[in-house]
Amino acid sequence: MAEHDRVAAQTVEELLESTLESVDQAEEIVLRLATAMGFDEDDLHRIGIAVRECMVNAVVHGNRYHSRKKVHLNVARTPDQLEILIGDEGGSFDVSKLPDPLAEENLLRQSGRGLLMMRAFMDEFQVRQRQPLGTEVRMVKKLAKAGQ
Amino acid sequence: MSVKLTTRQVGDVTVVDAVGRITLGDGASTFRDTIRDLAAGGKKKLLLNLAEVSYIDSSGIGEMVSGFTTVTNQGGQVKLLNLTKRVKDLLQITKLYTVFEVFEDEAAAVRSYS
Repeated sequence: MAEHDRVAAQTVEELLESTLESVDQAEEIVLRLATAMGFDEDDLHRIGIAVRECMVNAVVHGNRYHSRKKVHLNVARTPDQLEILIGDEGGSFDVSKLPDPLAEENLLRQSGRGLLMMRAFMDEFQVRQRQPLGTEVRMVKKLAKAGQ
Repeated sequence: MSVKLTTRQVGDVTVVDAVGRITLGDGASTFRDTIRDLAAGGKKKLLLNLAEVSYIDSSGIGEMVSGFTTVTNQGGQVKLLNLTKRVKDLLQITKLYTVFEVFEDEAAAVRSYS
């Protein structure tokens, strides 16, 4: 790894409460790193929305605001990309069984668009079971694609 | 900053000028309550001016859809005015541009109500 790469690489880990305040906190942490990497305004907006949507899912649907359950935020910055892991301590769920928010019959549903927005705004998106319990979402935004 | 909503009457169309963020929590609930109050008060032609809305999340989108459904079910119409590029992108991604009628000119929007 080049000297520049070693200097630029950075990882931040936070254990967050299951509250809506943590949504703002996570957005701030991630955007601070993303801004320092040089993402443009539009990409910062997209990253911010993806993080907020993911955090809301973890707090509301995963941990159900449970005070003893935490949200695990891990952000890894390299010169080329920003990797964000957000894990909850709730139950697991099967993404493939969720209703398609773009299907004609679901367009007027009030909820169910969060995952769609995360997928649309990030370059990589995966949902996996977290050990020993819960769900973890991995999202990556590549700097080379900034502005695309 | 949460959303601030003000309403004004242009003929029989009620224009709702929104400023700020429509997100889970205060923003989305303020938006929901305002639309429901207007609908309950017999306002059936609503034009949402989103020119100053910097940010909408999936909860905000959900409240827009819910408001649309509520007003439409009562025989009314909800249309959108002056979307920023970011909000337009969201409507594209969620395919809601097929649901909402969108205008860039207020006078044209007001004339469009039946």
